[in-house]
Amino acid sequence: MTESGSTTTGTLRVKTGLAEMLKGGVIMDVVNAEQAKIAEDAGAVAVMALERVPADIRAAGGVARMADPTIVDEVVKSVSIPVMAKCRIGHFVEAQVLQSLGVDYIDESEVLTPVDEEHHVNKWDFAVPFVCGCRNLGEALRRITEGAAMVRTKGEPGTGNVVEAVRHIRTVHDEIAWLKGLRPEQLFTAAKDLQAPYDLVKWVAENGKLPVVNFSAGGIATPADAALMMQLGCDGVFVGSGIFKSGDPSKRAKAIVEATTHFEDAEIIARVSRNLGEAMVGINISDIPDAERMQERGW
Amino acid sequence: MKVGVLALQGAFREHIVTLEALGASAVAVRLPEQLGDVSGLIIPGGESTAIGKLMRTYGFYDAIRQQHGAGMAVWGTCAGAILMAKEVLDALPDQEALGLMDIAIRRNAYGRQVDSFEADLDVRGVDDGPFRGVFIRAPWIESVGDGTEVLARHDGHIVAARQGDLMATTFHPELTGDPRVHRYFLDSVIGA
Repeated sequence: MTESGSTTTGTLRVKTGLAEMLKGGVIMDVVNAEQAKIAEDAGAVAVMALERVPADIRAAGGVARMADPTIVDEVVKSVSIPVMAKCRIGHFVEAQVLQSLGVDYIDESEVLTPVDEEHHVNKWDFAVPFVCGCRNLGEALRRITEGAAMVRTKGEPGTGNVVEAVRHIRTVHDEIAWLKGLRPEQLFTAAKDLQAPYDLVKWVAENGKLPVVNFSAGGIATPADAALMMQLGCDGVFVGSGIFKSGDPSKRAKAIVEATTHFEDAEIIARVSRNLGEAMVGINISDIPDAERMQERGW
Repeated sequence: MKVGVLALQGAFREHIVTLEALGASAVAVRLPEQLGDVSGLIIPGGESTAIGKLMRTYGFYDAIRQQHGAGMAVWGTCAGAILMAKEVLDALPDQEALGLMDIAIRRNAYGRQVDSFEADLDVRGVDDGPFRGVFIRAPWIESVGDGTEVLARHDGHIVAARQGDLMATTFHPELTGDPRVHRYFLDSVIGA
């Protein structure tokens, strides 16, 4: 946080504020300037600059790392919407590098190979805001405690299969509803069970929502998938492999943007879903060995 | 009084909550036909390119201009302020604005997200001390026409302006919990 006169940068409010501005929108994974322009033209609210989309990371195997700064620079220069980029879980130097490149948000992401199996990045150290993945309320609150200004449910990235994304948003909301029904003395035990700080647990119980914006990610491939996640109560969606692994990325991207805005209007979702060409080929979660499930990464 | 909040994308929920706290009836507007019976419209912050594309797809440009002609007041915050301007500097080549307000506005004027900031502002028409301005990848208003009143400046740049029943703020009153700018819109801008 830097102060000069009454002007202050890097505050929690300006970090969470950008996430507030992204709400109701679609954040798209891109690997070069051309894809970034297609995403911006389709109405993406932000792009995620990557070296490979999650489906390709999954196919390639091995260690997945922060993108080459050249790719991040190329994307930053090519669009006027916010640019996000991913660092590995716990890799605070990759985060420092991304901040120096001028990205607008850092995703400390399970899509990349974690470098620390106990600690996430101390996100309070940074002026740039962070988004982190979660599968349940405890995980969301631990990330917020570490300074995340936005969370996203993880789903299972690179699968084109939205089943895990549904499980995770339902889990977060069920746990919030459960907290709201507890008596004050039960919240202490709830904090212990959730492995989250009592003050945040109490805040969620009193307010009935997360203190930051929550998007949905991992497996969204169609306009109806995006609208489903919106109807289940998320604030917006990340679409990774689902767009640029499909037959007609530009048309599908526009359709997902419209379905995210008009998520309760089945006629509009039907109209934009017509003739989109091939969707990405999906993967059944049961076909993925436990050790290759990205959602298990993060602590 | 019924006020619409354009709900295509962005921070529309916070505007609705603030309006309702002030006793106004607020409606999330997703289709142009919902503009028929509102006295005022707020175009919220969000991504101006994303909101603009959805506005074009769903026919909002003409609908908003027509309703404004029929007496609907309009307030744009941040991205909304960009959409209201006659001239947008650093716009995308095909970016369309409503052209309602006689202002020239510069997109992402302060830089990237790490340059986003908060600052105390003196806003004309808003009493009881400074107003905390939250600027997120904000534009600034480079210049205003003769009939346009400057309501606030920060570091020399215009950050709030008004022209009759039109108002533009480059910061986000809806993120502060302070309802004074919303009250000014309801009491002084609507019906002006």
